[in-house]
Amino acid sequence: MKRLAAGTELDGFRIGACLHVGGMAHIYEVSYADEHAAPFDMVMKVPRMTASDGAENIVSFEVEHQILQALHGTHVPRLVAAGDLVTMPYLVMEHVPGLTLQQVLNESAQQDTRAKVSDMARMGAAIARAAHSLHQQNTCHLDLKPANVLLHPDGHAVLLDFGLSCHAHYPDFLAEELRLAVGSPAWIAPEQVVGVRGDPRSDIFAIGVMLYELATGALPFGNPQTNGGMRQRLWMDPTPPRRLRDDLPEWFQEVVLRCLEPEAAKRYPSAAHLAFDLEHPEQVKVTKRGQQVLRTPFFTHLKRWLKAAGMHYQPSPLPSQQIEEVPIVMVALPHDEPSDATLYSLRQAVDRSLGIRPGARLAVVTVISPNQSNTTESDKSETTLHRQYRTMLQQWAQPLDLSQHQTSYHVLESTDVANALVRYAEGNNVSMIVLGAATRGLQMQRFVATIPIKVAMESPCTVILVKPSLPFERLMDESNLNPL
Amino acid sequence: MKYALLSDIHSNLHAFDACLAHAQAHGAERMAILGDLVGYGAFPAEVVSRCQALLNEGAIVLRGNHEELIQTHSINTPYPNPSLGSQTAAWTHDQLSPAQRFWLEILPLTAQVEHMLLVHASADAPERWHYVENERTSSLSLDAACANPQVRYVFGGHVHHQSLYYRGMGRQLMAFKPTADVSIPTPKHRQWIATIGSVGQPRDGNPRAMYAMFDSVAEKLTFYRVAYDHRAAARAVREAGLPEFFAQRLETGK
Repeated sequence: MKRLAAGTELDGFRIGACLHVGGMAHIYEVSYADEHAAPFDMVMKVPRMTASDGAENIVSFEVEHQILQALHGTHVPRLVAAGDLVTMPYLVMEHVPGLTLQQVLNESAQQDTRAKVSDMARMGAAIARAAHSLHQQNTCHLDLKPANVLLHPDGHAVLLDFGLSCHAHYPDFLAEELRLAVGSPAWIAPEQVVGVRGDPRSDIFAIGVMLYELATGALPFGNPQTNGGMRQRLWMDPTPPRRLRDDLPEWFQEVVLRCLEPEAAKRYPSAAHLAFDLEHPEQVKVTKRGQQVLRTPFFTHLKRWLKAAGMHYQPSPLPSQQIEEVPIVMVALPHDEPSDATLYSLRQAVDRSLGIRPGARLAVVTVISPNQSNTTESDKSETTLHRQYRTMLQQWAQPLDLSQHQTSYHVLESTDVANALVRYAEGNNVSMIVLGAATRGLQMQRFVATIPIKVAMESPCTVILVKPSLPFERLMDESNLNPL
Repeated sequence: MKYALLSDIHSNLHAFDACLAHAQAHGAERMAILGDLVGYGAFPAEVVSRCQALLNEGAIVLRGNHEELIQTHSINTPYPNPSLGSQTAAWTHDQLSPAQRFWLEILPLTAQVEHMLLVHASADAPERWHYVENERTSSLSLDAACANPQVRYVFGGHVHHQSLYYRGMGRQLMAFKPTADVSIPTPKHRQWIATIGSVGQPRDGNPRAMYAMFDSVAEKLTFYRVAYDHRAAARAVREAGLPEFFAQRLETGK
């Protein structure tokens, strides 16, 4: 396809400036030819090759059209129109303002600086949220890389270029019986290297590569040009980022290396879990993975290389199903002298909810009123109070078996308890809220009964209201009552 | 044009009516009945009358293997060790008027409409009722149909389950298991073959009736599962004195 001249009219669109000349496609600014105003800025993407050239990249153009039709939300550009694939292929879509992550990387490379940890966490969380929104719509991007991630000025991330993506409800035109690697060599996940398409955790791997790149300026597995080179990531540990940049905190390395685990099951089970860690660094449980600064010894790599030779990846179930099996469960504890029965019942409810969902994550939350903290008295200072309440939450959770569940504790400050809980659930992609139906702590406030109801009505997810009750036999004999 | 594709009704009036109503509500502009109108169920005469009326309104009606099966069987004809299938075929024979039987006998085996080839079983030898049930058999049917360059889609029934086969990057066809109610883009520069399932006798463990809708302008194919009164349909099978097996099949969808 030769370059379109500015001013050309095509199917009711007037071609404007060429914004980007890529290996696969040209991107033009466009407007409606009849000059009626568009609700948002538009671009037209025109592939360099046409179907008659017999080029295979036309297939990825078809895939992008197929997938963009199905996606919605703020994390994807809106599709406006598509040309006939055989005669005049093009896609007209929303022109989203912002910088691509590649531009951010280029800028810091030019200035020879590295992004601040807090900025990287913010960008990483935005990308993870965008990926999660895609996974909820049964789509895996499968080609996440800095050039395909756009950071909107308002802070959210928009994902671009769905040419290699895969929607579980549609036939996968890029699949074939031979199972070849489809993706970009630097960011491709190990399971994609062996031809498995459709696992949302492949996108988590790619986000890990981008975070590594942001932090160190280097690619964890280089940019291999051969299939053998790409297979390295099936067994090889990348150099710990902290070895390349010593001001990186352990928690950040923990997060990045967890994304880069060769086995998908060892990575974050969903992008919402990843966003959660990036937004709550103090809650990240640092393991050896986060601490190490030495490269993995040769002998360990050799053993893993042997294991990887026979490594077998299973195709995954529907992305939305898979991520629903590892929900983020949030429990709201009253902070004000809650009764034993309340605490006991909430614990039972949480135990039951987590028990059938290995890998689910637990967030234990309480809301205190802001005027409880006082900057002058030291035992009422914000940090002291928060520490006290966090300890209370941890004590509550102690009897639970949380070995299979990542757990975090949060003290929120707000005068509006229900609103604070709902906002927290929205902000963290919580799948289920467990809270007391009417607890003493909440009763002491003004709009008592309405708090659980308000949460139930306004919450974006399932809400379980728990009635306080102790087990029958315990009530019979008060002296047996253990401290709960 | 939106085509409702219905096959393997098998004398199940309850399911047929439910699917026709569903198709109308979803904007179907032309009905296509892909064979096996009769057999197994309790309402052969009613289903045939419906199809005759639909044909007069412009529907496409094709012949399936059961339309042949019922021609030669009668309760009055002694049949050695009759199978369950031939028992119902004999019963069905006697429920239909000679005119209806003749009407069924002369139905066409295939129809070509726009870029579609419609057939009850396989396009490579429609009269031999080959099953299109995997990548290999679907490719035989598709290749035969696409000998006519006008044809890009082959839609059929016969196998009682819903499947879509398409060409991916490799040489072989790829099988795809559709999700009900999802409109699947099926652009016509590719070649497609689908089995649309059975209206009147689902066999995949789900008693809901199956059919599909093809929108030839938007180039989209949607598979549907329609809830209907399958208990009433099963009761009617029992009341007609037909084999218990066919009643249970409607109740369990197996």
